[in-house]
Amino acid sequence: MNFDEIKNLLTKKFGEGVIVEIENNGLQPALQINPDFIVQVCEELRDNKNTWFDFLSCLSGVDHGPEKNKFEIVYHLASIPHKQQLVLKTSRAHDRISSQLPSFQSVSKIWRTAEWHEREAFDLLGIYFEGHPDLRRILLPDDWEGYPLRKDYLAAEEYKGIKIN
Amino acid sequence: MQINKSRYAQLTEGLKPEEMIINMGPQHPSTHGVLRLELITDGEIVKEVIPHMGYLHRCFEKHCESLTYQQIIPFVDRMDYMASMNNDHAFVMGVERMMGIDKDIPKRVEYIRVLVCELNRISSHLIAIGTYGIDIGAFTPFLWCFRDREHIMNMLEWASGSRMLYNYIWVGGLFYDLPVGFEERCSEFINYFKPKLTELNQLLTENQIFIGRTAGIGVLPLDVAINYGCSGPMLRGSGLKWDLRRIDEYSVYPELEFEIPVGKGEMGKLGDCWDRYKIRTEEIAESIRIIEQCLERLQKEFKRSPEFDPRAKLPKKIIPKEQDFYIRAENPKGELGYYFICDGKTEIPKRVKARGPSFNNLSVLPEISRGILIADLIAILGSIDIVLGEVDR
Repeated sequence: MNFDEIKNLLTKKFGEGVIVEIENNGLQPALQINPDFIVQVCEELRDNKNTWFDFLSCLSGVDHGPEKNKFEIVYHLASIPHKQQLVLKTSRAHDRISSQLPSFQSVSKIWRTAEWHEREAFDLLGIYFEGHPDLRRILLPDDWEGYPLRKDYLAAEEYKGIKIN
Repeated sequence: MQINKSRYAQLTEGLKPEEMIINMGPQHPSTHGVLRLELITDGEIVKEVIPHMGYLHRCFEKHCESLTYQQIIPFVDRMDYMASMNNDHAFVMGVERMMGIDKDIPKRVEYIRVLVCELNRISSHLIAIGTYGIDIGAFTPFLWCFRDREHIMNMLEWASGSRMLYNYIWVGGLFYDLPVGFEERCSEFINYFKPKLTELNQLLTENQIFIGRTAGIGVLPLDVAINYGCSGPMLRGSGLKWDLRRIDEYSVYPELEFEIPVGKGEMGKLGDCWDRYKIRTEEIAESIRIIEQCLERLQKEFKRSPEFDPRAKLPKKIIPKEQDFYIRAENPKGELGYYFICDGKTEIPKRVKARGPSFNNLSVLPEISRGILIADLIAILGSIDIVLGEVDR
């Protein structure tokens, strides 16, 4: 199935609102998915025998900076039987002031590999994943404050009495 | 922010009287670096494994936010420091495709890249095999592997100037052409190394004690491997012919002949530790084939000439147009991916995310090591072949 067929398949199954935007400016086109639908879309893409995206290559969290105030998750899917790749994106606005973290649905039930990728996004970008079984920091110490990969992150003066330069 | 009681809390709080928590690592030699495994044990049986990593975290992705593409290459070297050339190759390919110059790279440059990558693949697999032997209790293969790896390191040092972290492959070309006489010395090494590989197989691969410790242990079914994003020898050990050098056909790999070894379950079950180990020995043999073909072409069609300049195609300024791009390539340990976001204005990427094969391969460990003996856990961990520099980045 090519890119347009996948797009049609999704709009036919979940309605017009599922695809918010199609990004076509680079070598790899991407589908911007409505964040409320992301789990259903992923499940359909994995289980449908025509698409069969059984391998999640990469899941990345992206912070688009304080001007845009937008947090995004990018899914790179690969289909082993069809030897295809697909990029899905989903984003939410967040003002980064409120105590609530930007929140997305977890796809760790669909691809178990997403579990650690989502923990990494939580750890470094402060993105909360609903339905994640074990959302803890993964790379940084448990008592670390702040989320280093956010664009407005300022390094602390010291960590446990050790000066950070 | 409310967090439901996580799986970790459930596992570690409600211990039964006969259960005990044991920490393996972070300074345990068989964890191949600084990895801590929290084991919930009942006697000698492992009930649950909880990996804790991050001891080697340097926030590679944060560094990338303030460096140009060319400056990132040395940082990329330090991720999987056993296979720096392969890391560089994947990264450079990604940038070249974004720039649209991947078709202009001279053939000699591409062949040299593949040559050094395959040499590095051999040295990475030699480490995997050698340290795996030592985990199981065989000391000699470790010394033999390190002896042969030293030859590769010397050769790559000759070409690039450093022993492990090469920074040799550049966007659009190479640091330098191969030194004069490299091809001959490399052929000499191959002739020396071939019988040594047979010896190594006789010593370890067919060793009855080794087979007893690894066959039928840590069986990874194919569907679990795919669902956990395992790649490289892990995935092929479970019986799937999946090698990105053939799937994506990048660089000059379509012009080269080589086979993709897959696990067959010869000694125990399909997808056990022995299968994963065996894939690595077979891949060394395939890499030797690739190197021989590269050397032949580098001495004939793409012979060195005084006019040849490996830096001729180097772009003056690396500013890809505004786009996102994900590149993947076959590292010795599996699928290495980089996800770039470029804003089209500066030489500094907006975001670079690295998808390390070890990171994903390690995540399957708790799944395949429930209900096994502690000694077998060492065998399973060694067969995954992780590099903590890449898990923690």
